[in-house]
Amino acid sequence: MRRELPLAIAFIAGVIFFIAYFIPHPPFNRFENWFSDWFAIVAAFAIWLGALNLMKISFIKVIRKKSDWLHALLIIISFVIIVVIGFYEGYRGLHANPPFSFRDPGTAFDWLYVNVYSTLSATMFALLAFFVASASYRAFRARNLEATLLLLAAFFVMLGRVPIGDVITGWLPRAYQMSQWASWIMNVLNTAGQRAIMIGIALGLVSTSLRIILGLERSYIGGD
Amino acid sequence: MRARELIVSGLIILFFLACYFFSPKPMEFSRSTSVLIIFLLAAAFVYVFIRTFRGRFIGRRVVFIFVGVALVLPFFMKFPLPLQISPEVQSVYDALEKLPPHSKILASFDYDPPSAPELQPMAVAFMKYAFEHDLKIIIMGLWPQGPQQADQAIQAAFIENPDLKQKTKYGVDYVNLGFQSGYEFVILQMGQSFKSMFPADLYNTPYDSIPLLKNVSNFSNVDFSMNFSAGKPGTAEWVQIAVDRFQLPLAAGNTAVQAPMIYPYLKKGSKGKKQLIGLLGGMAGGAEFEKLTKKPAKATTYLLSQSFAHVAVVIFIIIGNVAFFREKKGKK
Repeated sequence: MRRELPLAIAFIAGVIFFIAYFIPHPPFNRFENWFSDWFAIVAAFAIWLGALNLMKISFIKVIRKKSDWLHALLIIISFVIIVVIGFYEGYRGLHANPPFSFRDPGTAFDWLYVNVYSTLSATMFALLAFFVASASYRAFRARNLEATLLLLAAFFVMLGRVPIGDVITGWLPRAYQMSQWASWIMNVLNTAGQRAIMIGIALGLVSTSLRIILGLERSYIGGD
Repeated sequence: MRARELIVSGLIILFFLACYFFSPKPMEFSRSTSVLIIFLLAAAFVYVFIRTFRGRFIGRRVVFIFVGVALVLPFFMKFPLPLQISPEVQSVYDALEKLPPHSKILASFDYDPPSAPELQPMAVAFMKYAFEHDLKIIIMGLWPQGPQQADQAIQAAFIENPDLKQKTKYGVDYVNLGFQSGYEFVILQMGQSFKSMFPADLYNTPYDSIPLLKNVSNFSNVDFSMNFSAGKPGTAEWVQIAVDRFQLPLAAGNTAVQAPMIYPYLKKGSKGKKQLIGLLGGMAGGAEFEKLTKKPAKATTYLLSQSFAHVAVVIFIIIGNVAFFREKKGKK
């Protein structure tokens, strides 16, 4: 039963979604709505599951003093602070007149979001610029034809997507300025490549979905 | 080594604190100072080139300093750079211009703070434009942080144009429905009923009690939609479900990393119709939109910084490759 039930659910849901796409009328659209609602509920539970799992792993790390246990402790403290403040502000907001949201400007949650979470996450992302620059100096080499083409595309797009590219090539006719080159690469070469990738992915998805619906693909329930 | 790193970090922090407290505000370099800085940077790059050409690569920390300087100094420079409007951005602006006052726009904020430096300026410009033209905005998010980013964009729009705060009213001119879990299934369900996915707004006000949402039951009741996206679920999912299945008119604002993947949706299909009306791609897209709305703001300022950083990276690529080919020739 542990194997058959998930297979049956996958089969029924897959077939109903498939039929409802082509026949969006009762009863298929109603079934589709049910399954979509269920998915939203399951996804909401998954968020909690993920958060609780993170807590479990972090607690184990701290208790057993594994490597980087201090980082795990920081995760626990941050999690508790943000959850407690979020719930507190949510409760306060619901009983206020007029009511406000826990993330409205002026709340403690918003202060943490703007001054801690936003700034730290933006910093983490911004570090990429530094690593890309370092890699561009030490690793981006025109070793073969493919790498050379990639470098040339990067050269034109990087300069063409910012106004300085047109400043550098300002002496050329408009049609040959850097932004036009970048635009051509994005609209022609990139689009063609992206379409090929998309079609490939779509074909792969169709075949994998069919295998799952028909019960041939069982790796998602721990089978072969 | 560790002590030295700590001292350097401390000095950097002290320098920025001193700049923050003692520099004139707004701090701005004169044109001659800016030219001098650019000249010094160019000279430094020439030094790096000569050094690398002789086979002595500079350390990664020096590269980091170059990028840091290229990113930070342009914030204090005022250089009017020529900004060409791309057709993708022009299409978004034209579509918004065609909307009559009181049109309803569905705006989905599908990004989080790491992508905010790129997407937030365009979101603020969009909000300002919508409020100034009396367009009604229905906000939602497929990412948990999205609705809060939308709130921040609205607050920033109000700060930049205080008159807007007086004339816009929550629930009448805009509404924030919040986040709903379920990825693309949320879009699918919204095709049937918005209320089924958002029974109440962020303040727990029931859907039916919100004046703006009166007569709005699904996609067929909104005139336009805008998606600010940094990944999945995002623009691709909105196109595949809301546009292809429910014919929702959609434009998007994407990060520069994601924009190339969205370009295929900008082309006209067999029915002569584009899946995506237009695209604001990265900081440049935001700056172009600001230029079209004649209100240069953060994206325009940041673009100069991005320009310098791009040039720095391109120069590093050229220097690295020149050294590589020289070394290769030497081995032969």
